[in-house]
Amino acid sequence: MQRQVALIKQSLFDQGYLDEQFMELEELQDDVNPNFVEEVATLYFKDSARLINSIDQALERGSFDFNRLDNYMHQFKGSSTSIGASKVKTECTMFREYCRMGNAEGCLRTFQQVKKEHATLRKKLEHYFQLARQAGPKETARRSK
Amino acid sequence: MAGEVPNLEASKLTALVVDDNFVNQSVHHKLLDRLGIKNDVVSNGQEAVDVHCSGRNYDLILMDMDMPIMNGIQATRRLREMGIESKIAGVTTRAEEEEVKEFMEAGLNDFQEKPLTISKLVSILHNLEFYVQT
Repeated sequence: MQRQVALIKQSLFDQGYLDEQFMELEELQDDVNPNFVEEVATLYFKDSARLINSIDQALERGSFDFNRLDNYMHQFKGSSTSIGASKVKTECTMFREYCRMGNAEGCLRTFQQVKKEHATLRKKLEHYFQLARQAGPKETARRSK
Repeated sequence: MAGEVPNLEASKLTALVVDDNFVNQSVHHKLLDRLGIKNDVVSNGQEAVDVHCSGRNYDLILMDMDMPIMNGIQATRRLREMGIESKIAGVTTRAEEEEVKEFMEAGLNDFQEKPLTISKLVSILHNLEFYVQT
């Protein structure tokens, strides 16, 4: 089971969903906070869902306030960077570029990619954390304090 | 993460995390915890000013740049005007030269680009002479 968890995690890195920042977060896990990464991930998905909703509403209104959209995406990119969500971060960067260019069509198109990558990562991480919990403390707690 | 992680609990350092992003708050709080540094968290520059007005003081402030109500540049300036001599390290994703320059000129002692990691935090502590790397 633990081997399966390790393989799944490795594939998330190999396929570019996660970067080294995720490993930095794992290094912070200890006996006091054995599920720190999962807690941070939960926080991330809650916060990013709110931002996605805000951007969706702003885009649906049809009037493209590129400054406002860029501010939302700046926050989204910041969170994604902090958790190591590499593909999501890349799409956020693309969206911001289109905001800077004032390219509405580019924003709409890229935002679909942002949502797609976000949804994919969420599904993969939920699966990973579920297995990690089943595998037991060895895979979740990295160190004793 | 290479190398030993120093434990600075004995030094009794205190820190304030100033960031509006919940994920960053959680990560930065934990990073400081891991180094044995007791820390509080606030969500914007105004709260950072308010907490100092209430009489609290910290050895180190980790200041984000982009925050609502009062951003990091404004908050850093205000804290310096108030006579706060704590070491302030700017931590932000914005790394354009002009933006960093403006942030530094507001009164920072150091600057690191996000995402913050243990080694970047240790680098801040070393640069601000809280910790001597061997």
